[in-house]
Amino acid sequence: MSMLEKTLGWVDDRFPLTKMWKEHLSEYYAPKNFNFWYFFGSLALMVLVMQILTGIWLTMSYKPDAELAFASVEFIMRDVEWGWLIRYLHSTGASAFFVIVYLHMFRGLMYGSYKKPRELIWLFGMFIYLALMAEAFMGYLLPWGQMSYWGAQVIVSLFGAVPFVGEELAIWIRGDFVISDATLNRFFAFHVIALPIVLLGLVVAHIIALHEVGSNNPDGVEIKKNKGADGKPVDGIPFHPYYSVKDIVGVVVFLFFFSAVIFFAPELGGWFLEKDNFVPADPLKTPEHIVPLWYFTPFYAILRAVPPIGVSQFPGVVAMGMAIVVLFLLPWLDRSPVKSIRYRGVIYKFFLALFVVSFIVLGWLGTQPAGGIYLILSQIFSITYFLFFILMPWYTKIDKTKPVPERVTFK
Amino acid sequence: MSTDGVDNSKRRFLTAATAAVGAVGAGFVAVPFLKSWNPNAAALAAGAPVEVDISKVVPGQQIRVLWQKKPVWIVYRTEQNLEDLKNLPDSDLADPKSEIPQQPDYISGPNRSLNDKYLVVIGLCTHLGCSPTYRPEVGAADLGGESWKGGFYCPCHGSKFDLSGRVYAGVPAPTNLIVPPYTYLSDSTLLIGVDEGAA
Repeated sequence: MSMLEKTLGWVDDRFPLTKMWKEHLSEYYAPKNFNFWYFFGSLALMVLVMQILTGIWLTMSYKPDAELAFASVEFIMRDVEWGWLIRYLHSTGASAFFVIVYLHMFRGLMYGSYKKPRELIWLFGMFIYLALMAEAFMGYLLPWGQMSYWGAQVIVSLFGAVPFVGEELAIWIRGDFVISDATLNRFFAFHVIALPIVLLGLVVAHIIALHEVGSNNPDGVEIKKNKGADGKPVDGIPFHPYYSVKDIVGVVVFLFFFSAVIFFAPELGGWFLEKDNFVPADPLKTPEHIVPLWYFTPFYAILRAVPPIGVSQFPGVVAMGMAIVVLFLLPWLDRSPVKSIRYRGVIYKFFLALFVVSFIVLGWLGTQPAGGIYLILSQIFSITYFLFFILMPWYTKIDKTKPVPERVTFK
Repeated sequence: MSTDGVDNSKRRFLTAATAAVGAVGAGFVAVPFLKSWNPNAAALAAGAPVEVDISKVVPGQQIRVLWQKKPVWIVYRTEQNLEDLKNLPDSDLADPKSEIPQQPDYISGPNRSLNDKYLVVIGLCTHLGCSPTYRPEVGAADLGGESWKGGFYCPCHGSKFDLSGRVYAGVPAPTNLIVPPYTYLSDSTLLIGVDEGAA
């Protein structure tokens, strides 16, 4: 026995290293018909690692202090060796993370990956999405630019709309009467410690749940129902090496595009870093156009679309919250007997298309000024956004589905 | 372990009692953690009154000062402005008579001020806390043209206020801008944060 095998044996007697390797990689059987849409899970994991790594490095030069924060970020950009790259990797990485997560979620919608028995995978995933939004929002305050400051001011003020306790709640969250040094410090604590721990825990839960029930696939066929004489799914192939190699190709292609953005347009014309955020926070003056970053704008448009009742802003806040809550309920709203869009009828396809269009149009409307035609459009598309969910129990039931094949197919 | 003759109900009672005591303990321990998020002593102390010299403010000008870290505006309103405010139809405004207590008791009327010339308001939109932009130009095309008599426009969600900080009807902001407590120390000196007559 070689030295290496001996060492491995010594470890395996004390920690299930080989067992875990087999369970999650070399003997985790994934359907053999994965397509393009199955790159985004592993890509999300890679971006998470990148964010943690660049985040730790940024923390080494960043000062979480209202007096020093803005200058320390500019210091990183100009005076820390390679600081500009690490900072741009982190700020652009945040947007890339959301691009990947949105595509990953859309894959789930298309192929019914949230349906029984994968409800918990979906729920863990939704909690990851929620934690990610909190992480991005709090991270955006840290550079202490104009958009950081006023964006946080608006979002924290949303809590002020809660009936009865709102104002006290907002003060409690900020730790002051307006966004201030106290707010910056606690957001920093959440951004660098609390939320990353929660995120990592949720990612582990997401993957453990996935490996327990097995991956879905573009046909929505349960491969575990059809096992060979060796007890392995006939339509399954080991994740490693087959999909680990496939995913490396995905990573390389992703890095092509990512590098292009990092080196040639790290702010992507204001979409990934808004130009007002290169102006230090000024509590006296709100920028002319205040918009959240692109990944929040659909929800921002829904918030603005709902008119107040009397003097209360609460309905808009509730609508925005509901827009996220309904996503959690998806596994129980969908009554269709089939999972994949390939075998669903025309009604589901229509509603899914309507949902995607609503989400994108709302995202654009959220970047536009408030009022006029934009307001009316926001209201129309907010309604169509919710119709996808509210009518789902009905249209998925009456929709004409096609027979699902016994085995996976290659299209 | 033998389970013969185990009194399960007693065991359940003890488990429940232990859990309940633990929960109460956790509740007590949570208090300092939750309370530590309240504004600290320094943040509370920063609410001290601010003295402002307004002798150099010219008619039509707006100045901004910080009080409790919030922006406070002082606007020198012209005779024409005050005339326009008087003539602004009540139906255009959500709370023309300032009935919702967004101002100290000693502030009332369409001018919402101690000295009609100077408007003093907290410059944070009552919608979601952005700081509206001063738009004094009468008849601004993007703000309703003819009917716009000068005021404030919030770039975040499109709320509009008149030159007394009264909110227009049909905009996201629900209430008039807040008038802070203030008093005149002399004709040209304001003290913000202290009630009229208290200084």
